[in-house]
Amino acid sequence: MISLADLAAIRDKMKDKVVIREGSAQTRVVVGMATCGIAAGARPVLNAFSAGVQQEGLVDKITVTQTGCIGICQYEPVVEVFEDGKDKVTYVKVTPEKAERIIKEHLVGGNVVTEYTIGANQ
Amino acid sequence: MKELSLNILDVAKNSTVAGATLVEISLVTDENGFLTMTIRDDGCGMDEETVKNVSDPFYTTRKTRKVGLGLPLLRLAAESTGGSLTIKSTKDPVCHGTEVTATFDMTHIDAAPVGDVVSSIVILIGGDPQCDFLFTDKTPEREVRLDTRELRTVLGGVSLAEFEVLEWIRAYLSQQYEN
Repeated sequence: MISLADLAAIRDKMKDKVVIREGSAQTRVVVGMATCGIAAGARPVLNAFSAGVQQEGLVDKITVTQTGCIGICQYEPVVEVFEDGKDKVTYVKVTPEKAERIIKEHLVGGNVVTEYTIGANQ
Repeated sequence: MKELSLNILDVAKNSTVAGATLVEISLVTDENGFLTMTIRDDGCGMDEETVKNVSDPFYTTRKTRKVGLGLPLLRLAAESTGGSLTIKSTKDPVCHGTEVTATFDMTHIDAAPVGDVVSSIVILIGGDPQCDFLFTDKTPEREVRLDTRELRTVLGGVSLAEFEVLEWIRAYLSQQYEN
């Protein structure tokens, strides 16, 4: 039975973590969540990135956020990865399965999954 | 849109973009299977001209593309079942905001399922944790409810966007649907 007491326990655990996390370097994974993205399947993709980043223990290094339409609706769901000192990587027509591979190979391994990028799909 | 929960996500995201501090999402299904979906916000609101055109797919205020499909798709989903879409909005400085109401005959063969509304609510909260959301889903048999203002009193300064908090919200809502 899930209760508010469980939420209070999460609060107590999180308070310390929030302090540690402040100021740490961040990679940003941005998922397009406008009408075009949502209709094309961005919701499970966002869920997959959020869960994957958590499972890989990367929450202190990577934030998963949402954005609106970036104007390439035909390529939705679109996911952009921003890393300090590197060019932005744009992944297109992403699925939860592709998200899993992007997390393992790019976010964990540091190797861009070239075949899923917009350059390989034009 | 394959599910009405995706329309909810889409329309309510526009509320947060409009600067809402509170978004109320209500689903009420009566004993005849008639669903009334209401999304109300206290965002900046729209002028009369925009309200008049907002369900025209070739009208949009955005700059990235020339179509605005969110509300036209919702209207299509509603009218396909014999239901309707109404939009009220005001930019009045005292009571600004927008209310979108869509009705659906869920017994109609063309009615889309409500679908994974829990995921939509979790994503809305995670995407805009500074905004408050009041979500209710009532049928004659049960009522599901979540008010992020109540959660904030428990969380103190911890963000609603923390993964563990969002997973708690997911489990809390799912539990209410299962009971």
